[in-house]
Amino acid sequence: MFGKSYLEKHGLTREEFDIILEILRRPPTEVELGIFSVMWSEHCSYKSSKLHLANLYTTGPQVVHGPGENAGVVDIGDGLVAVFKMESHNHPSFIEPYQGAATGVGGILRDVFTMGARPVALLNSIRFGDMGNEKTRYLLDGVVGGIAGYGNCVGVPTIGGETVFHHSYNQNCLVNVFNLGIARKDKLFLGKATGEGNPVVYVGARTGRDGIHGATMASAQLSEESEKKRPNVQVGDPFMEKKLLEACLELFKTDSVVGIQDMGAAGLTSSSVEMATRAGSGMELDLDKVPRREEGMTPYEIMLSESQERMLMVVKKGTLDQVKKLFNRWGLSAEVVGRVTNDKSIRVRDKGKMVAEIDLQKLHDATPKFSRLDSPPFDLLKRRKVDINAIPQPRNLNETLKTLLASPNLSSKKWIWRQYDSQVMTNTVVKPGSDSSMVRIKGTKKSLAMSLDCNSRYCWLNPRLGAAQAVAEATRNVACSGARPLAITDCLNFGNPENHEVMWEFTESIIGITEACEALNTPVVSGNVSFYNQTDDSPIWPTPQIGAVGLLEGDVKPMEQFFKNEGDLVILLGETYLEMGGSEYLATIHGMEKGSPPSLNLQREASLQKLMVHLAHNETVNSMHDVSNGGLAVALAEGLFGPSREDGSRLGLEIYLNADIRPDFPLFSESQSRVVISCHQSKMDEVLQTAREFKTPAKLIGMVKKDRMVVKLNRAPVIDMETKELEEVWSSSLSSMLSMTRV
Amino acid sequence: MKLAVIRFPGSNCDHDLLHALKYRLNLDVEYVWWGKKTLEGYDVALLSGGFSFGDYLRAGAIATLTPVMDAVKEFAETGKPVLGICNGFQILTEARLLPGALLHNSSMKFICEDVKVKVETTNSPFTSALSKGEVLTLPIAHMEGRYVADEVTMKRLEVEDRVLLRYCGKDGQSDEKTNPNGSMGHIAGVLSEKRNVAGLMPHPERACDMLLGGEDGIKFFKSMVGLAKG
Repeated sequence: MFGKSYLEKHGLTREEFDIILEILRRPPTEVELGIFSVMWSEHCSYKSSKLHLANLYTTGPQVVHGPGENAGVVDIGDGLVAVFKMESHNHPSFIEPYQGAATGVGGILRDVFTMGARPVALLNSIRFGDMGNEKTRYLLDGVVGGIAGYGNCVGVPTIGGETVFHHSYNQNCLVNVFNLGIARKDKLFLGKATGEGNPVVYVGARTGRDGIHGATMASAQLSEESEKKRPNVQVGDPFMEKKLLEACLELFKTDSVVGIQDMGAAGLTSSSVEMATRAGSGMELDLDKVPRREEGMTPYEIMLSESQERMLMVVKKGTLDQVKKLFNRWGLSAEVVGRVTNDKSIRVRDKGKMVAEIDLQKLHDATPKFSRLDSPPFDLLKRRKVDINAIPQPRNLNETLKTLLASPNLSSKKWIWRQYDSQVMTNTVVKPGSDSSMVRIKGTKKSLAMSLDCNSRYCWLNPRLGAAQAVAEATRNVACSGARPLAITDCLNFGNPENHEVMWEFTESIIGITEACEALNTPVVSGNVSFYNQTDDSPIWPTPQIGAVGLLEGDVKPMEQFFKNEGDLVILLGETYLEMGGSEYLATIHGMEKGSPPSLNLQREASLQKLMVHLAHNETVNSMHDVSNGGLAVALAEGLFGPSREDGSRLGLEIYLNADIRPDFPLFSESQSRVVISCHQSKMDEVLQTAREFKTPAKLIGMVKKDRMVVKLNRAPVIDMETKELEEVWSSSLSSMLSMTRV
Repeated sequence: MKLAVIRFPGSNCDHDLLHALKYRLNLDVEYVWWGKKTLEGYDVALLSGGFSFGDYLRAGAIATLTPVMDAVKEFAETGKPVLGICNGFQILTEARLLPGALLHNSSMKFICEDVKVKVETTNSPFTSALSKGEVLTLPIAHMEGRYVADEVTMKRLEVEDRVLLRYCGKDGQSDEKTNPNGSMGHIAGVLSEKRNVAGLMPHPERACDMLLGGEDGIKFFKSMVGLAKG
């Protein structure tokens, strides 16, 4: 029965099977094998990453709950906390983009509201193959539709995110979804099954055969066979989620819930095992009581189903009637499926027969942890080598800038975010399209800014530096709105960890994230690892996605990236170096993805971010915009693409740069820790003086004008174009690439 | 005067509507659960945006089968004002309290953005405090917002001055470019024959705070404050 192919189907090795025999002292039943299989899957056990994740910087006075809970919890003052996390749904989305992405949103919402928080903002980072890839359009359409279909219906605004196209994602798209909720600090709920004899209650959708072994699927590489795994992808029901969300939040106001957890990956198995393990208790389950939507399901199928919109909770004895009544009012049923025990075991019965009995302590302690081998890619030095002087100089930089703004990665993503309800809940004070998005918290003077970032080209060229840059950029974007960065969540997307080079990229990235988080005082409070984003020999580019959260307090106006008034002065914070390696300019204009990414001085970055928060709080500036992909020229142009003015005209710029160098380099260098700000003329001295106090270089580079963007280098115009022309190519590019027209 | 915001499972702009009316316009407003059989004690009934019953089958279809909708029909028959916003508009057309239907946007995509709408009539309890031809900036957020009706109905709506709001540009002109979803006659909102039932796709409750980008929603709801004052 337990042949090699049978074990392979369960994603278990012969060695792991031997440990199972040792724990049980008998051959496992099919259900037990299923439980071990999913609990020890990469997805649930983090077996390849655990040793490294332990090194992350996760502490600070602002941290209420760090990694290990359903989501991270950060103190935002006045008895309130922000609860947030990011998760991947890459594999299912590649196989079935609409449902894969939709259920990703559903899962991350449950991770947050299960802790007692009302979700108030969704963001997502989605990555697809290049535009020439035939699947790109289909995947993009499905993923965006799925995110919109689910989030819009549940009524949580999708306020921002990131979209990247690159051939390394041709065979493995990425769908990383972020959710943030607000809770009272003294009203948090954890996934713990305590109190012997307390009933274990199942609420939400009935259990079907969908998603069986989804967690195991996400722990292996995709192959041509993956298409056949379509039935493994779960189907989402956002209406059920909405009812579940409202009912749970209502229930949390009563005094009946002891512990609660979403039945996510590995469904009933992981929720019951994890809740009992965390509490050091035990649990008995009676599968006859589990609501089902299909006849004839086996105990194995019930335990491993990943049907969506289900929660497992432990309630206080004696409150059951109240709980049932509340859920019934929302058209949901609550069924008792078991009880809490105190013998550190999980026992599962079906039709009175014991089908699984496992010692939880042993199951947990024996979870495999690998110290996988790692080594740098053999061609790393070749990747980093580039002779920038050999790069031909474009003759017409107007055209170069237009080409960059029209490129898939820099062009406007309005086609995407127009499909998301970004305003429901009436809290969105900075809408999609700026550096970070922001929601206010009603009844307080607090707002929260959020941004998701990662430059995977930097990470491919130098994972340690690239990962640190992702943290720096995400927190800088948050600071661009004036908010003080508080903490981050991560979603670490990599190829096959059994590949030494992939493992090296992973371990280097962890070091980079740790260094940056420590220097910027933004601990990691939650996260997710997604390995096996690889098809055959092609792993995705390392993508340690970072989501940063910041707090804006008091009567401070949130900042946007858009220039506001004609006559305002434009100041560049930070220094521009001759750093062309890994730039969007090299990639898009010269077809070269090479070189060393720009350097990053974390102390300078920290000072810069403090300066920005200070400037916003003193209302010294009118706009702030981070200089990132595409360099200064692109950042300046983006600052002009704000909401249209009443008279239909457009703002413009007149910029003066001085450098003894060919013009394309200062325009498109991607030197880090730079921000373009604008302020009223009367505030210039104050800005420059404050910058000195924060030890940040600041230079007046020009003025906000009307209609045209003009950049002069050593007084000679190198860019001179109508704002409308630039905006036209930038805003129409994506939809025309997708050959869709606005109605 | 007391206003009722009717809640169905799946409503998701109910909080926003209540918040705007209560805190931005100081109106006396309460939630009414879909199981209620009467609207006694209320003077205005409001149906909010969202996805009532998941919008399964058709947007707004299942909500019409609830007890509270029988109460809304009775309420409307007595001439009391009923306003449906977005999903509320869809429910009112499904319930035949308003003519026409709301189909998938012509782009077949969900659209969330600010649009301009022109006030076409002030002869209604919801627009009496506005001026005819006034242009408001209000957000839309819908998948099924393309207003359609048969030829006779379209003609009657125009002749009987029952077009409430029309999508337009900043100068009030309406053409294909200013029509976000392909609605017939660029219609964004309509009135019932008795003029006491109104439906509109834009969300005035989302435009009641400068912090969120505009206050034209307050202008829109001002007529209701007028009602309250009698």
